[in-house]
Amino acid sequence: MTDQAYNFAYLDEQTKRMIRRAILKGIAVPGYQVPFASREMPMPYGWGTGGVQVTSACLVPEDRLKVIDQGADDTTNAVSIRKFFQRTAGVAVTEATAEATVIQTRHRIPETPLHEGQILVYQVPIPEPLRFLEPRETETRKMHELEEYGLMHVKLYEDIARHGTIATSYAYPVKVEGRYVMDPSPIPKFDNPKLGQNPAIQLFGAGREQRIYALPPFTEVVSLDFDDHPFEPSKAPHDCDLCGARDSYLDEVITDDRGGRMFVCSDTDFCAGRQADGHRGRLSAVEAVQ
Amino acid sequence: MITAALSGGFIDAPVQSARAFRAILEAMARPGTIHPVDGAAAPEPLSVAASVALLTLADGTTPVHLAGGANSALVRDWIAFHIGAPLVAAEAADFAVGTWQDLQPVTRFRIGQPDYPDRSATLIVEVDRLVNHGPALTGPGIALATWLSLPETEAFHANRALFPLGFDCLFTCANRLAGLPRSTKVEKL
Ligand SMILES: [Zn+2]
Repeated sequence: MTDQAYNFAYLDEQTKRMIRRAILKGIAVPGYQVPFASREMPMPYGWGTGGVQVTSACLVPEDRLKVIDQGADDTTNAVSIRKFFQRTAGVAVTEATAEATVIQTRHRIPETPLHEGQILVYQVPIPEPLRFLEPRETETRKMHELEEYGLMHVKLYEDIARHGTIATSYAYPVKVEGRYVMDPSPIPKFDNPKLGQNPAIQLFGAGREQRIYALPPFTEVVSLDFDDHPFEPSKAPHDCDLCGARDSYLDEVITDDRGGRMFVCSDTDFCAGRQADGHRGRLSAVEAVQ
Repeated sequence: MITAALSGGFIDAPVQSARAFRAILEAMARPGTIHPVDGAAAPEPLSVAASVALLTLADGTTPVHLAGGANSALVRDWIAFHIGAPLVAAEAADFAVGTWQDLQPVTRFRIGQPDYPDRSATLIVEVDRLVNHGPALTGPGIALATWLSLPETEAFHANRALFPLGFDCLFTCANRLAGLPRSTKVEKL
C-alpha cells in the first residue's frame, strides 16, 4: 500500500527531475562527482540520505528493493529505509540479491554477482577522495580537472614506508576509465574488484556533501597501487564459521565474555543461501544446538 | 492556447516519469540498447520518445532549444504548458530537440567546463530509423561492442575526443530511444 500523503517515492517531481539529470551526467562522465541540490529527508544524514534520494529518483512501482547495511538486511537502518520505500513507493522488497532490481547499500557490495538490469545505489558519507589531502573544494575540483593525482599516490606510498603495506582498507581509491580518481564509499577494499566490469549500474549518492556519481556497467575501475606493491583485496584469513565460505568477506563476532569469537559472512543473504544449500562451517553444529 | 498544447502530457506523472527515466537511464548507461517508452505525445513533428524525454527531464530550470522543424508554434505552446522551459538559442540550451540535420552545427552546443563537465547539453536527436546496425560503439556501458544506426561518425568521434567534456545524445524514433553519452567511442564499420 502506498501512503497517499506523499508523492510516489516521497520526493516531489521537480526534485526527482533534478536528481535524474545529475544521475545521467554522472553516467556520461564515469567517476566524476556531479553537484546536486540535496533535499531534507525524514531521516538523519548518517542514514544515507544521498542514497535514499538516488533510490527515490530511480524507483518504479515494479521494482523489488533490497537494502543492506554492512551486508545485513536486518539492521535498524536497512529496515527503516526498506519500510520507507514500501510505504512511499509501494514497491516489493526482498533480501535475496539475485531477485532484487534495486539494491541500496551502505559499505558493502553483495557477494552474489550482480546482473544486467540491476541498480546498486551506494550511501556515501564523503564523496571526495582527495578531501583528506586538500580540504578546499575549489582546490580538489582543480586537481580533478588537471588529473593532479600525485598527492594521492604519495599518501599511499607513505603508508607503505610506514607500515610496509598500504594500510588503507576501506574507501580505497580507484581510477575510473583511466580518468577520474573516485572514492568507492567505505566498502572494504576486498569489494573493490567487484566495482569494475560489473553488469549492473552503480550509483553513488552523498546527501550532506550534495554529490552524485556513477559507474555504468562494464566500466574499467582500477584500484590505485604501485608496481612493487600491487593492490591486494584482503580479508580475514578464515573460512565462514557458519557456511564454510572461503571467498566471502567476514565479520568477526564476539560470542561470549571469555574471548570466544567467530568469523561469519558479512553478507547475511549470501551466508543464509549457502547454509540452505547444505554448506556447513566450523561452528554450524554449535549454532544448531543453540 | 489551443487543444493540441493541452493534451499529450503524462496522465500520472510520478509513475510515468519514473518508468520513462528508468528507460532513459538504461539507454544512457548501456549505449546502443533500444528502449520503448510511452505516455506522452507532443504535437507534430515531435516523436513520442522525444516528448517523453522532454517531459521526464526538462522543466522551468532547464533551457530548451527547438531546432528547425521542431520549432513550431504548436510545439512551443506544448512546452510552455507542460514543461515551462525557457526556449533559447543552441548555445544556451541544456536540452535541444531536432533532426540531426536541423541540429547542425553541433559544435554550437555546450560541452561543459573543465571543472564542471556536467554543465553540458543533452541532444534529443529525432531519427527515422533506430536499429542495431551501423557504426560500432565501445566504451563504458558496453561489454564488448555494439552497433547503432547513427546519422554519422565524424561528429561523435570529435565529441569523444573532448572527453570528459562533450555533449550527450538521446536518439528518438517513434516510441523508442537509445543513448550515446560522450564517453562512447564510435567507429565506422
Ligand atoms: Zn557464511
